[in-house]
Amino acid sequence: MISILLGAIITISCIYGFLNGNADELSNAVITSGQTAVELVLTIIGSMATWGGVMKIAQKSGITDKVTKLISPFLKLIFKGLDTGSEAFKAIAMNTAANLFGLGNAATPLGINAMRELEKLEGEKSYATKNMMLLAVLNTSSIELIPTTVATLRLAHGSVSPLEILPCVLAVSILSLTTSILCVYAFDGINSIKRHRKRQAKKND
Amino acid sequence: MRLSSIIIPIFVLGTVLYGLFKKVDVFNTFIEGAKENILVGFDILPTLVALMLAVSMLRASGALNALTSLISPITSFLGLPAECVPLALMRPVSGSGALSLLEGILSEHSPDSYIGRVASVLLGSTETTFYTIAVYFGATKVKKTRHTLPSALAGDFAAFILSALTVRLFLGH
Repeated sequence: MISILLGAIITISCIYGFLNGNADELSNAVITSGQTAVELVLTIIGSMATWGGVMKIAQKSGITDKVTKLISPFLKLIFKGLDTGSEAFKAIAMNTAANLFGLGNAATPLGINAMRELEKLEGEKSYATKNMMLLAVLNTSSIELIPTTVATLRLAHGSVSPLEILPCVLAVSILSLTTSILCVYAFDGINSIKRHRKRQAKKND
Repeated sequence: MRLSSIIIPIFVLGTVLYGLFKKVDVFNTFIEGAKENILVGFDILPTLVALMLAVSMLRASGALNALTSLISPITSFLGLPAECVPLALMRPVSGSGALSLLEGILSEHSPDSYIGRVASVLLGSTETTFYTIAVYFGATKVKKTRHTLPSALAGDFAAFILSALTVRLFLGH
């Protein structure tokens, strides 16, 4: 999919650029883009390293475990009916805590583990269950508390206050996650009404 | 002194002190975490070079600006900055592509401008949706993800609208 995207963007760029006489700019873009990418990584890699270090201490000293306990009541609200003592619920809580701290390295394996535990608990099926969908949207919405990469990039471009966006980021994260969760519940609700109607129709036959 | 400027130092202080209190080898743990993330940074570099090539060509050809001015009547009606639409479209597909676009936006407009702020909030509050879903369900026997993708994309769309809304509400534009 990403190959098609790459091909499409380059094709569009060449056609549009040549038609509008922007060949020089296009040529320069090809030559300098690699340098821009390297500079971008050099800009963010330092703060990534700093946060990686700090967050590792948070993880080893048990701060993330404390947060895992702290967020369990909220997760109970999202994953209705899921046994809070189950391995699946524990894995979901650990995955969410890692996401909050921006521990990408730790969050993905924990999330995959949570997905497998859900599969074990709810039986292997060819389709996604409601809890699986909820876990997925919990991860497609970014809930990272401190958006360090963005803040670093803002500072590098001369922002007076790179973290002023923090309240906006938190509000948008929470509300967009809520939107996704409500969508999962709404679609699920519509589906079960449909199934119920089908059953009723069969009964009446 | 801003509140947001206090949070970060306090967080670092608290974490290090708590680590010492819990008898964690704070120094070596820090090194371990730092090394992990440096490797991640170099891991994404090849992908970033590829996407930066595409995005830079798109910008240099003038096609990105054309797209922006084409959609600006619709987006200005909704109160969204047209310059952020390519970013919103790229975000769920490619993290490196989105980062490349943000880099361009912050170079062209100030990070403290309306456009710069909305773009920052958008990138900070969303994820690479398609990739995440592929990775998570790829580990299971699930073939049909049912309404996972529509629900996730609804959240991404909400995030775009809300980014503009919160920036205007909280930061006054």
